[in-house]
Amino acid sequence: MKYAPPKQSKLSQLFDVVILMTMTFGALYVPLYMGLAGGAKVEADPAKLVSFEAMGLNATQTAQYQALGFTAPSDIPAVFARFDYAINWGALAVMIVVIIAYYALVLRFSEKEYRDVISEKFGD
Amino acid sequence: MAEFDITSKTRDGMGPHGTQVGLLRVLGPAHVWALGVGIVLVGEYMGWNFAVGKGGAYAALIACWLAGILYTCVAMIDSEVTSTVAAAGGQYTQAKHIVGPLMAFNVGLYLVFAYTMLEAANAITAGYLISQVAALTGYEGELNQKPFIVLSILFLAWLNYRGVLATLTFNLVITAIAFTAIIILFLSTSGVLGGSMMQHKALFEGAAALPYGWIGVLAAMHFGLWYYLGIEGTTQAAEEVRSPARALPFGTLAGIMTLLIAATLTWYICTGLIPWEFLGDGTNGSVAPLFDAARLTGSQPLVVLLGVGTLFATLASANGCINDASRAWFSLGRDKYLPGWFGAVHPKYRTPYRSIVFLVPIALAFALGAPLDQVITFSILSGLLGYTFMPINMILFRRKWPMDSIKRGYEHPFHPLPSIVLLTLCAVTFFAVFLGYGTQLVAMIVFYIVASLWFHFWRYRFVARAAQFTMPWPRPKGY
Repeated sequence: MKYAPPKQSKLSQLFDVVILMTMTFGALYVPLYMGLAGGAKVEADPAKLVSFEAMGLNATQTAQYQALGFTAPSDIPAVFARFDYAINWGALAVMIVVIIAYYALVLRFSEKEYRDVISEKFGD
Repeated sequence: MAEFDITSKTRDGMGPHGTQVGLLRVLGPAHVWALGVGIVLVGEYMGWNFAVGKGGAYAALIACWLAGILYTCVAMIDSEVTSTVAAAGGQYTQAKHIVGPLMAFNVGLYLVFAYTMLEAANAITAGYLISQVAALTGYEGELNQKPFIVLSILFLAWLNYRGVLATLTFNLVITAIAFTAIIILFLSTSGVLGGSMMQHKALFEGAAALPYGWIGVLAAMHFGLWYYLGIEGTTQAAEEVRSPARALPFGTLAGIMTLLIAATLTWYICTGLIPWEFLGDGTNGSVAPLFDAARLTGSQPLVVLLGVGTLFATLASANGCINDASRAWFSLGRDKYLPGWFGAVHPKYRTPYRSIVFLVPIALAFALGAPLDQVITFSILSGLLGYTFMPINMILFRRKWPMDSIKRGYEHPFHPLPSIVLLTLCAVTFFAVFLGYGTQLVAMIVFYIVASLWFHFWRYRFVARAAQFTMPWPRPKGY
């Protein structure tokens, strides 16, 4: 039997869009406001930021920084911060589980919905 | 059932959609190239250099080529499926016919968010560039970038609203100029014309080349995607090209070749002129690396050329992103996956005008309120989820409709090798994102899980079942 979708009111349509937008902004801004977003970095040693030589840069590297308009690393300390790649195995396991669970969920529900579509389109 | 022979060699893969006014079929292969390369070329002008920050100069080059392989697989798979499922919505429409509605809903969201975030990143870069030009031309003080960000997005949205032919012809011209600017910078600095300015050896000394070792190479894959992200957007033009079976594979594959050349040249120029720490920080350091490279040459004409190139690349990309995001949103609305109000076509301009207008404030909210690397990561993650879907889609496509059961505009070779390679590289890239940006990755996937539950248990009730399947294909094998 052909499925007849209910008619959705304008208010309900608007509500659906608001829900989706709330989820979208939440995904980006919640980690941002909780300070959890962005690269996990370690600041450079302030004592070394006084000169390019102290940072271990050679003459050519120093000359290029000077050509860009910087006199010392302390002008741009953020670019001398380094990523911390120490692997948190627990967090990695959580990520793997979340990704696999996500695709499993989507593929399982999709398959169920798809069979209904094919059944109605081509007949049982 | 189909009313004609779908194995016919004279008919393309278009199916009916039930809309009273369709999108206008006016585009050729050059427009498809301009759409794909136009969206992506900005990746050479900004953003890719975060890969240098995550792994160093060599890591960024390895990431560039590995990502090149990933996108070659994407282009091959996409060319086959899209030349057969030639409809607006691109991968969304493919998923709807091949995998199922919930997957299609997710793919639609990937597309909208990947492109809208990319559009926001472009607008941020355009605003930054204008502030740099103001400083270089003697303006004292801090120029407010926000009005330029708003104006860029509004102008391009207006252009998109008015018609696709003008939009993509505009893209063709400015993309060609931006690509030529990279070639000229390479010829001027590499020693082909005049003396070489490249200082790779000295700049790669010490920890500069591989500061994190091999784990940095893996980590760099995260932003390696940025060299090419968006090339798959050529599929969004499927309902507006005159010959989908010819124009889409040709435009897409020519596009990926153009980008492989541009990406390698860009890496060579920038790492030969800019110290890696500065180059690798696209937020506090080199926001526009090709422009910075031109500044380091000391040549005023090159500075102007690359300034224009950067601006044109950001505009071309934002322009293409508005085009693609709105087509994906429009397609979701047309099928009632989202409120049907978004599925309208403008009666005069034949564009998805409501979707174009609706996405403007969302792009603005992200462009004005979030840092560049976060916006880029959001875009990359949505793209990455989409690329992970593609091999699943391809394998199911060949299984449900074996060769010769339907007409394919293009048949990609070596199946299932591209699908396996693509899936493997996607797994590597998930790990790369985890290195440094794991929280965002999990937050993003949690968002898609919640959105999926919302769609399956609530939204899907408003969707007609059989009407979603619009391709004139026979029943899939095994169903």
